[in-house]
Amino acid sequence: MAGIDHAPPPFFKRGPAPLALLTFYVLISLAIFVVDHRFRSLDLVRQSVALVVDPVQRVAQTPGSIVDYALVYLRGIEAMREESERLKQAQLVTAPNLQRLEHLEVENERLRRLLAVKDRENASGQVAQIMYTARDPFSRRIIVDKGQQAGIIAGQPAIDEAGVVGQVTRVFPFSAEVTLVTDKDQAVPVQVVRNGQRSVVFGLGNGQLELRYMPANADVKVGDLLVTSGLDGIFLPGFPVGRVTSIERDTAFAFARIYALPLASVENFGEVMILSPREELPPPPPEPQQKKPGAGKKKAGVR
Amino acid sequence: MTQPNFTSSRILLPARSWFIALTLILALLANMLPTAYWPGIPDWVALVLCFWCIREPRRVGMGWAFVLGLAMDVADGAVLGQHCFAYVLLAYAAASLSRRILWFPLVQQALQVLPLLIGAQAVQMLMRMVAGGDFPGWGYLIGPLIAALLWIPGTFLLLLPQYQPVERDANRPL
Repeated sequence: MAGIDHAPPPFFKRGPAPLALLTFYVLISLAIFVVDHRFRSLDLVRQSVALVVDPVQRVAQTPGSIVDYALVYLRGIEAMREESERLKQAQLVTAPNLQRLEHLEVENERLRRLLAVKDRENASGQVAQIMYTARDPFSRRIIVDKGQQAGIIAGQPAIDEAGVVGQVTRVFPFSAEVTLVTDKDQAVPVQVVRNGQRSVVFGLGNGQLELRYMPANADVKVGDLLVTSGLDGIFLPGFPVGRVTSIERDTAFAFARIYALPLASVENFGEVMILSPREELPPPPPEPQQKKPGAGKKKAGVR
Repeated sequence: MTQPNFTSSRILLPARSWFIALTLILALLANMLPTAYWPGIPDWVALVLCFWCIREPRRVGMGWAFVLGLAMDVADGAVLGQHCFAYVLLAYAAASLSRRILWFPLVQQALQVLPLLIGAQAVQMLMRMVAGGDFPGWGYLIGPLIAALLWIPGTFLLLLPQYQPVERDANRPL
């Protein structure tokens, strides 16, 4: 064996023993795993590595986007015309409501002023293109093409034309990571439109949502629409989140198991709207108030 | 340190450092392609890293594994340290088994590499499940099976530059 080798083995300077090196690297890996997962204090490291990895990632995405572009191009003018026609129809259908919306908003504002209720916040934000899904199979996240340079900060909610998509959890210089509502760690405070009952909806990780902490006899029906309640101070109230698909009521448990499907096409590619952060909510009253099912279990914006 | 196995009748050229680095970076690029979301697509970095750790244990080792793991963690949006840990263990195991593995014919080499690759994948799954992640489904463990199948064509591809003759013949393509 030694005769075939091209370079003689360095007898004297061999570096640390393999087992020592292994211990060293394993300890570092485990340390950064725990620190990143528990304390989330390594975002600076992540951002600096991302500066190097990001260009490679953009290069890797190029073939896919070229294929997408070619497919759109080849689909031709006929399909485009059809789509335009369909969108016009859809606009016509919603036109009566839209035309009255302005009138209703003014009227609403006037009535609110009469009742001395705080004005509703208006939603504003910026459109971001979804670049790709994070490859991590253990969580549900997407990467969008707006980051620190566009003024995105962690905690901003993301919606699409049908409902809530998720929440910005990490911001990089030129991109941002949005955790979808279907992620296991993501919680959104919601209320049932039909009766205004508040709760929190959690992702299940398999594309479904679960409405937790609802008593077994709660007034929830299959088909109920869930919208954001706005109690968290992050999501504006009234954005649709999901629709209840099945309910299991078992008196052996304190809570009913209520499943819902997200309304936004969270697992598809496209564009999302990243909403501007809300105004600060007034500080909660100092005395210990009784816990409401939705209000107590809010999720902090930055995970 | 090209080690011949018992069937080889020729001495290979030494592997060039830039070629090793290039293949590892190309593997990183392949891992970031949109195809990576398809089920059963192998972890290219793990495969190429394992190959070089077995072929050239003195040149590619745990340092490369750690850096590539960090890059994969950031690219995936995974918890930092997840890929680092798995790749470092893979590199160590591959390097310490390299003397044995290279004495087998290719098919048996692939069989010996399979547990290493499955182990690297399973370690990541365990880490994330302990940390409260979703179960990604058994499809997650199909990737290493396909990677082990690719060991045979992969070996030919990655050793191709070393098969060149020392004296270049202008009339010979390779």
